[in-house]
Amino acid sequence: MPTDPTIPAIEFRNVSYQVAGTTVLHDFNLQVRTGEILVLLGRSGSGKTTTLKLINRLLSPSTGEIRVKGQLTSDVDLIHLRRRMGYVIQEIGLFPHFNVARNIGLVPRIEGWPEARIRARIGELLQITGLPLETAARYPHELSGGQRQRVGVARALAADPEILLMDEPFGALDPLTRDELQREFLALQKRLRKTVVFVTHDLHEAMRLGSRIGLMEAGKLVTLLDPQQFLRSNDPLVSAYVRAFGDRVDSTTTEGKS
Amino acid sequence: MNVLRFVLQNHDQVLQLTAEHLWLVGLSTLFATLVGIPMGIWIAHRPAYNKPVLAGANIIQTVPSLAMFGFLLPVPWLGERSERIAILALTLYALLPIIRNTYTGIRGVDPAVMEAGRGMGLTAWQLLMQVELPLAVSVILSGVRTAIVISVGLATIAAAVGAGGLGEFIFRGLAMVDNRVILAGAIPAALLALLADFGVGLLERRLQPR
Repeated sequence: MPTDPTIPAIEFRNVSYQVAGTTVLHDFNLQVRTGEILVLLGRSGSGKTTTLKLINRLLSPSTGEIRVKGQLTSDVDLIHLRRRMGYVIQEIGLFPHFNVARNIGLVPRIEGWPEARIRARIGELLQITGLPLETAARYPHELSGGQRQRVGVARALAADPEILLMDEPFGALDPLTRDELQREFLALQKRLRKTVVFVTHDLHEAMRLGSRIGLMEAGKLVTLLDPQQFLRSNDPLVSAYVRAFGDRVDSTTTEGKS
Repeated sequence: MNVLRFVLQNHDQVLQLTAEHLWLVGLSTLFATLVGIPMGIWIAHRPAYNKPVLAGANIIQTVPSLAMFGFLLPVPWLGERSERIAILALTLYALLPIIRNTYTGIRGVDPAVMEAGRGMGLTAWQLLMQVELPLAVSVILSGVRTAIVISVGLATIAAAVGAGGLGEFIFRGLAMVDNRVILAGAIPAALLALLADFGVGLLERRLQPR
């Protein structure tokens, strides 16, 4: 299907989300462009994860509408909607009783791909996520944290979704591994050009990966700016966030963007 | 050994009663599994129902077995054949460990694994068959194992309502004040319990996820 560039890949219109009497998202509006990495930045409880889960309908909005490529998510078959999106979470959630190959090949398999194509796809994904081919036969508990999250990314990419939803995917990794995975993820994204919504509380990560950064606070989108504008912003909430990360953030952090 | 001699002399009857015993335990465990596993799955997915269901199964468990067999005696269709009573009573007793372990096993699946599965677009059925049951299987089987061991013991009471099984020897021995006869029922029953425990244990280990 040819993509109409005027239609946003994902769009939130006046979305609110309440649970047990608390408003988690309040009159939320957002447009995600096709092929960008939109980072949702914010402290714990600001509503970032909720926003992400509203996209693949792990949660449903209380009011307002969410569209994916112009189509209301509430009108689309739930299972079909989710299979068009890769979902990567911090806890990874690999299936412990499946080896790496079965973990990665699960969605293609239930989508009914022929076995040969699944096998080829697994090999391809191991290669692009920087995993040696013999990892395929390993079980999750035999892998390091970094390897596990590579498998998590490979699994999310398996059925070639147009959209990737990533919830602090590198948050639990040690700094070196995180740095490595961020770098490789940027390189991968240059080739694949997925539409990515990336949740993090880490300003460095946001600066490094984001084509635009949306700062969230108390269920609202405070600003939506590109990384350079973000650093220079006079908005008190933005500068407070930037200050909290100290003076180590500068323009050199935003590498690797085209 | 007097007991051994008694068993050898009456080997036809020992085999017959052991077979009856196995029939009672086997059929009731099968029914309890067919009802208990779906119920356990159901309450694991609908937390509002877990308390009443588990409480119900618990209450059944507190009814003394002899009383249970007695209660069921006047029930129309059931009362006609004493095996029916025995099988229903044993099924009811076996429910609790099976329901509870199924519930525990499924609730024990890592929430992150479930969230990832749901986010990937697995249907509820696919999640159940490919993720929840395989990961819970060893806990569920250990519930079945407990149920079988309890049933082998309880089934000896079934003889009190004339349902047969190794309890026949035990009751007869008690009436005759003859330890040989009591043991001719008790020892095979104990062996059956051990054997079942061991057998399901093997299965449990084979099916254990990594």
